[in-house]
Amino acid sequence: MRYRLVVLLSLVAWLAAAAAGHAAPTAPSPEVTQALADLLGEDADRREAAVTVLGQARDPKWLQFLGALRDGDVYARTRAGKTELVVGGTKATRGDQDVIDIVGAYDREPLGTVPLAELKEVPADRRLRLAIKPFVDADETRAQLADPDPAVRRGAAVKLGNQVEIAAVATVEAALQKETDRWVRHALTEALGLIRLAHGGREQRVAAARTLGEIHSASAREALGRLAADPGASPAERGAATQAIRRLERWSLLTTTVETVFQGASLASILLLMALGLAIVFGLMGVINMAHGELMALGAYATFVVQNWFRATWPDRFDLYFGVALPISFLVAAAVGLILERGVIRFLYGRPLETLLLTWGASLIIQQGLRLWFGAANVDVSSPSWLSGGVPVMVGVTLPYNRVFIIGLATVSVAATYWLLFRTSAGLRIRAVTQNRAMSSCLGVRAGVVDATTFAFGAGLAGLAGCALTQIGNVGPSLGQNYIVDSFMVVVTGGVGKLAGTILAAAGLGGLTKGIEPAFGAVFGKVAILVGVILFLQRRPAGLFATRDRNAEA
Amino acid sequence: MPKREALAVGLAAVVLVVVLPLCNALPADTPFAVSNFTINLFGKFLTYAILALGLDLLWGYAGVLSLGHGVFFGLGAYAMGMHLMLEIGAKSVYQSALPDFMVWNQVTALPLFWKPFHSVVFTLAAIVLVPALFGLAFGYLAFRSRIRGVYFSIITQALALSAWLVFNRNEMNLGGTNGLADFKTVFGFPLNRPGTQRGLYAVTALTLVGAYLLCRWITLTRAGKVLVAIRDSETRVLFSGYSPAAYKLFVFVVSAMLAGLAGALYAPQVGIVTPAKIGVLPSIEMVVWVAAGGRGTLYGAVIGAFGVNWIQSWLTTSYPDLWLLFLGGLFMGAVLFFPDGVVGALGRLLARARRVVTRRRERAPLDAPLLSQATRGSIRPPSSDE
Repeated sequence: MRYRLVVLLSLVAWLAAAAAGHAAPTAPSPEVTQALADLLGEDADRREAAVTVLGQARDPKWLQFLGALRDGDVYARTRAGKTELVVGGTKATRGDQDVIDIVGAYDREPLGTVPLAELKEVPADRRLRLAIKPFVDADETRAQLADPDPAVRRGAAVKLGNQVEIAAVATVEAALQKETDRWVRHALTEALGLIRLAHGGREQRVAAARTLGEIHSASAREALGRLAADPGASPAERGAATQAIRRLERWSLLTTTVETVFQGASLASILLLMALGLAIVFGLMGVINMAHGELMALGAYATFVVQNWFRATWPDRFDLYFGVALPISFLVAAAVGLILERGVIRFLYGRPLETLLLTWGASLIIQQGLRLWFGAANVDVSSPSWLSGGVPVMVGVTLPYNRVFIIGLATVSVAATYWLLFRTSAGLRIRAVTQNRAMSSCLGVRAGVVDATTFAFGAGLAGLAGCALTQIGNVGPSLGQNYIVDSFMVVVTGGVGKLAGTILAAAGLGGLTKGIEPAFGAVFGKVAILVGVILFLQRRPAGLFATRDRNAEA
Repeated sequence: MPKREALAVGLAAVVLVVVLPLCNALPADTPFAVSNFTINLFGKFLTYAILALGLDLLWGYAGVLSLGHGVFFGLGAYAMGMHLMLEIGAKSVYQSALPDFMVWNQVTALPLFWKPFHSVVFTLAAIVLVPALFGLAFGYLAFRSRIRGVYFSIITQALALSAWLVFNRNEMNLGGTNGLADFKTVFGFPLNRPGTQRGLYAVTALTLVGAYLLCRWITLTRAGKVLVAIRDSETRVLFSGYSPAAYKLFVFVVSAMLAGLAGALYAPQVGIVTPAKIGVLPSIEMVVWVAAGGRGTLYGAVIGAFGVNWIQSWLTTSYPDLWLLFLGGLFMGAVLFFPDGVVGALGRLLARARRVVTRRRERAPLDAPLLSQATRGSIRPPSSDE
């Protein structure tokens, strides 16, 4: 039923437009004729008035003409004693003279190609261009309001709201009637409210203030404040404005809270992604892998290489590169981790401090290798289109897709790790060796193989984290150094042997950091976190979830 | 102290404290003359050696690996640097009694914590006491709650990162990223005069000898034996009625003081103090000096600090790209192939040579491989946290 109505309406609209389009050339109104004549003249005031007349005709064809005038494409042609305006097109050189294609000023019917010397350019000085701008812009906005992409429509609506022009009311109202998208509707309502607040009568202002408060329009804050303090406004207006401001303030408190929570969750996910591999390896072998950060950098650079490869080979499938880069960065980092473990680390089991220095040495070598290979400068990794932009969840809060993705990736990684550790036989062996290496070996578990696979898995997780980090930060040779100490803190706070500890510590540190950052600033926030961790370790020296046993060394 | 070591230390002390400055005082074109540049460079290395001694005492003897000693070094260096900044007075670029960077940052009055550094006595006390008090507070919290092994290393590394971040901030009024620089005089002696540099070098060398004797004395006392016992098995020491935390705290504070002293001697000789000496990388580099030289020996730490830095100053000028690769390789090599450092490796080599000589002399067949294996096992320092 509704569909039919829309069809009918658009049919009517089309017919009306067609009729209007046909009617105009047959009888150009006297004002328009006068305006065209004025444009040819020299008087700046009259020329400006002429532009206004043409613009206010609200005829798309005249708007197009004005656009051409602004761009300096309008010429005067004198033929048989009569001067008329034409619009110039492509220029060319034919023989020894320059020629140009011209079309009619209004109906755009081709008038052939004429020598440029026969025409006189109609100049558009700055004043004229400024007079033209609002009409052309308004036309552009109208076109954008009909765009199939909601984001474009929303942008146009927001622009109208910022311009606060009474002339736009009809456009906005018409658009609002047709609009179905929630966020575009919101922007349109906001624009309408802002315009009414600025230009409407007393009743309209009261209603507008109320509406703006109801839709939590943050951009109306200033105008409402002005109205609330305006001695010329009626008590009803002032009251409505004050009430709306109160609503806005409550809402902004809510949005800041939501945003902080989201940022905390996002940071916690990053920390978790980084610390997960670290914690597993630490729990299993007591090895703090100082090269973990560089394994992340390797993952990030693998993403960079995959991206370049896609750009060169399949530019039209570019968006798919990230899907390929994820497993590849996992594999690259896992392979390097495997080499590291089998090559050097396995000789140092039971000597954590030595391993720490050894992996630090390895990290320096990887880092310098990356610097020599890819250069010391940061490299550019562009986001696939499906990770740029964000999803608006409520008025004033838009969650960026890349952060949402990282939260998702962290969740999936944790789930996968849990599944691996608790639902597979390999996981059973890992847990066995973690609990009691000697006994597991006696029972036939090949501890060496378990160590190698676990280390490779942990390294792979680092690579995955590196791949995700390319979407939110710079990719450079020292990428790992920037994050590594934070992830160590997570591992130390979380304790050894329980994944839940790592998850909780990541959530706690991430949330806490974002929570105190507004008060302390980034640097002193970090210092406060360190002090907090040290104090926390006073209560629980072995972290949140220490494995309890009878060993006094624990 | 064994007689041979006493002899070696005495000889080294004479060379470092007396002979080198004398050679530096010779005219430049005579044989055996040591250039001002070399003296300055050696002075810097010797400050590193003082720090390495403290680190070796902490790591090699007590088994506590600190990755944050750059902080203590920085505290000493900044304490000294602040005094030197104030000594410049109105001779600075902006002709103000305030340090240049404060004028630059539009600080109008000298911050309160800068004021005492006008006094020489206070500065000399602060050089040792500020790192000591900071080390005491940090160490107390860490050791009391039995944070040990890798956990302690990580926490100290986080300390280095935090301190680096804080010292980089302009609002700390410590010069931000650029640090303190452009010193003119030290306790009234102009720094651009070779004699002053020579004197600073001599003081550094004397301090190093003193620090060595102090550390050696500590290792020879009962407390030194307890430290080694803690390294080998902390739990047993605990069960024997000792308090490992107190011993560890003591040695941590001593090493923090030595690091502060080293930093204070570093500031006037190098002429600049920046947060770059505090961060994570410089702090862990200090550990590799000890590891490469040979830990648990004291003289190994001195040799390591000297050698690694000498190689660094050569590599960073000739092949800057290779330095980090070399450093990384050094870390890995020191851990994998020379767990007892250069002095340990040399000692093994010497022992083997001596064995070959004795075997020839006695002409008695020995079970060579078995013996060499046994020797190697006993030289390797026991792990600190098994």
